[in-house]
Amino acid sequence: MDISILNNALAAAIGLDTVIYALAALGLNIQFGYAGLLNFGQAAFVAIGSYGIATIVSIAGLPFVVGILVGLAGSVVFALLLGIPTLRLRADYLAIATIAASEVVRLLARSNSLGAYTGGSNGLSGFAEGFYDLNPFPQGTYGFGPFAANERNTWILLVGWLLVALVALATWAIMRSPWGRVLKGIREDEDAVRALGKNVYAYKMQALVLGGLVGTLGGFVFSLGRAAVQPDNYATAFTFFTYTVLLLGGAARVLGPVVGAAIFWVVLSLTDGVLRGAIQEGWIPAALMSSSQVGQVRFMLVGLALMLLMIYRPQGIFGDRRELALDGR
Amino acid sequence: MRRAATALVALVLAVMAVVVGASAATAATETPTPAAAGQTTETTAASGSESGGLAITARVRTADGGDVEGASISVTQDGAQVATGTTDAQGSASLPVPAPGAYDVELDVDSLPESAQGLEPRSPTISTTVEEGRDRTVAFRLSEEGGGSSAGAGAGDQVLQRIATGLRFGLVIALGAIGLSLIFGTTGLTNFAHSELITLGALTTYFYTVIAGLPFLLAAAAGLVTCGVFGYLNDRVLWQPLRRRGTGLIAMMIVSIGLSLFLRYLYLYVFDGGVRTFPGYAGQGGVQVLPGVLLRPLDLWTMGLSVVVLVVVALALVKTRLGKATRAVADNPALASASGIDVDRVIRTVWVVGSALAGLSGVVLGLQQGISFQMGFQILLLVFAAVTLGGLGTAFGAVVGSLIVGLFVELSTLLIPSELQNLGALVILILILLVRPQGILGRAQRIG
Repeated sequence: MDISILNNALAAAIGLDTVIYALAALGLNIQFGYAGLLNFGQAAFVAIGSYGIATIVSIAGLPFVVGILVGLAGSVVFALLLGIPTLRLRADYLAIATIAASEVVRLLARSNSLGAYTGGSNGLSGFAEGFYDLNPFPQGTYGFGPFAANERNTWILLVGWLLVALVALATWAIMRSPWGRVLKGIREDEDAVRALGKNVYAYKMQALVLGGLVGTLGGFVFSLGRAAVQPDNYATAFTFFTYTVLLLGGAARVLGPVVGAAIFWVVLSLTDGVLRGAIQEGWIPAALMSSSQVGQVRFMLVGLALMLLMIYRPQGIFGDRRELALDGR
Repeated sequence: MRRAATALVALVLAVMAVVVGASAATAATETPTPAAAGQTTETTAASGSESGGLAITARVRTADGGDVEGASISVTQDGAQVATGTTDAQGSASLPVPAPGAYDVELDVDSLPESAQGLEPRSPTISTTVEEGRDRTVAFRLSEEGGGSSAGAGAGDQVLQRIATGLRFGLVIALGAIGLSLIFGTTGLTNFAHSELITLGALTTYFYTVIAGLPFLLAAAAGLVTCGVFGYLNDRVLWQPLRRRGTGLIAMMIVSIGLSLFLRYLYLYVFDGGVRTFPGYAGQGGVQVLPGVLLRPLDLWTMGLSVVVLVVVALALVKTRLGKATRAVADNPALASASGIDVDRVIRTVWVVGSALAGLSGVVLGLQQGISFQMGFQILLLVFAAVTLGGLGTAFGAVVGSLIVGLFVELSTLLIPSELQNLGALVILILILLVRPQGILGRAQRIG
């Protein structure tokens, strides 16, 4: 057992995964936390962002700014396509339809038929240089202790956390505006809001589009940070992780998703490190767990955490139970 | 609160008890065949070896699923040969590669054994990228020159064959869908963990037959009993306490997603990522049922059995007291309770029977396409599509919806590449919600 496990865990608090999941969960917070929409297709919005950049840069050969615009536009179109048939229906229909739509996006991305545009199941790489050419940091190491990073990571983390801060600020601002109050009203009692003459359908659609756009920002950070896209990264597990992140930090809280993401990845990194260390030291017999099974334990932990959170503390660590009207039908 | 917590732990332990025994034993007896059922390339992300020893696994199969032994495969990087190998009896060859990077995997067409003479892969070379810590699997699918798996057969025969396989698949979905739909109807729960009941049926049957050495039919029966017991525990330990607490339906749905994630990776932990087959049923040849329709005798038996089971369930729902009570609860729980029906007992019965049916669906699916830890999850969305199409909460609607989805998935391969066949069904699911959200047999008031 050595100090590097702790270092890795601390670094995970501000790491790339935390940024990606914080952005995805911030978007989900607008949809699920504030508007009560059960969007189980957040992975697809992230995938659209990632593939927007990857395909435009490496296949079409255009600058990455075009990729960002295409990603954002694609995400709006996807949200509209998804919202038109489902937003009038009860919540669980939306859940089934969104999860199906996100699998459609993933299956399309990994199919051979579209392989010329998406790279099939191998994905795409070599599209991120346009972004790193803008890097103002000269070569070297930045930060201190566990938070040290090379110039590339420093640049993507800086951009990522700026995005997180901007989105959190924007969420705070719009949720205290009249628009945000109507949204929360829809979550609490749709019929009451409708009786007040508000167009509930339009508000829900706006929330779906807005949350999807934020998820797409997460997709940009995902693809640029990894400098590669791979379709199976955008499977349903991504969405379920995002839900766990959101519920951990507290839904309907501006900073809930950010804190949730940091805690989530610190805990996962710690358990990963401790388990691997214990296997190496021989504290866990090889018959019980091999080092390749550690990754599977991670998924089991997340599943268990999701269940227990939902049963015992649906408001998460910082949430307010009154804010989360999950008991309504 | 405390009771629910101990109950939850008990549930988890119960699952462990059911599957954990398999762990050591499977590792000892079985060489897993790599996962590549039909797909062209597949990453075994979770189960890939973490340290060193990267490898590309090449599989060679004929279009009708036969493994090809003795084909030579070579791996090259930038024109330099890295590794060579010959496929074994399972049609797979493991080719070690030194480091992550891009490789070309080439099948030597001239080396194909007699059984596969005259067949050709779509392309003899597949390019793939090996990532750090992840093994790659590439699959060569051999078919007669000119594409199309049955190039000799006319278009009409192809349609008939697709209808037959579509019905076969539809019946599997139907077995899974009845339980899902009735559980939704009686409790309002959208149970995302239903797929794990399907997988459990196949896994426990595999456990009983391969490790405990029971004859297959006995093992399957024991597997279904295990599923029923697990379904009972599910309701008794988890869902009934939650209902009593007045937990909301959406909260329960998210709990079921957590349970599904937990169970799926528990299966992976115990069973690892390979695809296995039930012994003795692997290489059964097809027989001509009708002109142009080729099915294995095994398929005919399982299809017949599925139909019998479905008819029995339908008769039970219509004729017996408990069946009528079930439909009454599904229709209006409060009214049913007021007329003296023991709602909790009905719900428990639905859980037990629904889980056993899901288990049967898993066994049949395992006979058709092999057993893996995520076999249930892979068809879950199709089951949802079937249930939604038929009308959420109705048992007969679920069967009708399942047959339509099964036929649609198979028939759509006449027009679109077979790798996209599931996609068609998911698009249909979304379209149904647009046009007729209550489904074929559902009523509009349910969707509120």
